[in-house]
Amino acid sequence: MAIEGSANMIGYGLAAIGPGIGIGLIFAAYINGVARQPEAQGRLQTIAILGFALAEALAIIGIALAFVL
Amino acid sequence: MSSIATSVTRADGFTPPGPGDFNLPPIGPDKTFEFLGQEMFLGVTKPMIQLVLVAGVVFLFFWAASRKRAMVPGRLQFIGEQGYGFVRNSMGRDIIGSKDFARYTPYLFALFFFILINNFLASIPFFQFPTFSRAGLVYSLAAMSWLVYNLVGIRKHGFLGYLKLMCVPSGVSPAMYPLLIPLEFMSNILVRPVTLALRLFCNMFAGHMLLILFALGGEYLIVEMAGAYSVVGVLAWVLFIVISFLELLIQFLQAYVFVLLNAMYIQGSLADEH
Repeated sequence: MAIEGSANMIGYGLAAIGPGIGIGLIFAAYINGVARQPEAQGRLQTIAILGFALAEALAIIGIALAFVL
Repeated sequence: MSSIATSVTRADGFTPPGPGDFNLPPIGPDKTFEFLGQEMFLGVTKPMIQLVLVAGVVFLFFWAASRKRAMVPGRLQFIGEQGYGFVRNSMGRDIIGSKDFARYTPYLFALFFFILINNFLASIPFFQFPTFSRAGLVYSLAAMSWLVYNLVGIRKHGFLGYLKLMCVPSGVSPAMYPLLIPLEFMSNILVRPVTLALRLFCNMFAGHMLLILFALGGEYLIVEMAGAYSVVGVLAWVLFIVISFLELLIQFLQAYVFVLLNAMYIQGSLADEH
């Protein structure tokens, strides 16, 4: 009946909020930019994916640490 | 797959799946040896077999697709051309630039389809194990990428010129250099391969873990805790199906991001001093 787990995972869930918001903001800005200036999509996409990757790296470091610690 | 089944112990409640479920037992002889005080396994595991298998499958597919090289492509050749064109145009030409992209397209192309098919193995019946949820295999990919973008830059700018390009930001007053140069060195040389590897590894790992959790948890709720709990169990299985589709998207996206970042790093190494 008991469901066991690690409190690390709750911590990781909380830690994932920040990168989640960050990724949302990045893509919101990207969509805005493309809507205003569709011809800039190529350049904006590169920047957006780079920003997304950097923000996501934080969440990824979080999940690695959640298992290691 | 056999290790997944053992993670549910019927006697004392539900044990959630953990990282241990990814340690598949070696196939064939199970020898161990000592290395630097650690016990190492000497054997072949499922991810290794998948790695070799995918390399063969990708090679055979594109070999078959490009064998005829007809002016009017057949079905197979069309698929091959679309895949090649996708990598060449959206990652090679748009990122690296129309001057240099031709030299690096084969690398990006091979990397993309190798990672993509390896990721898709997580959702293909019988395999059902993402190859890159084993960290060691991803480290080798990241090491290769690290070598490629650094060597490309060193060849273009010379060793010191490349270090200057990577570590000395332009348009900043020299007073800030003591602070910025170590930071830039860290982020451009040291952290890049680490995040490249961890991103692919953790996405595959976490996604597969999520699938195991919903499948086993739903099964436990339905089978062991009948009654009102089985409704929750059915709900868990519905979520399992939904997340499977999300996983398909992530598997593609991670292969895309890995190769896109590779292309961007190569482009950064090739860039003229700003």
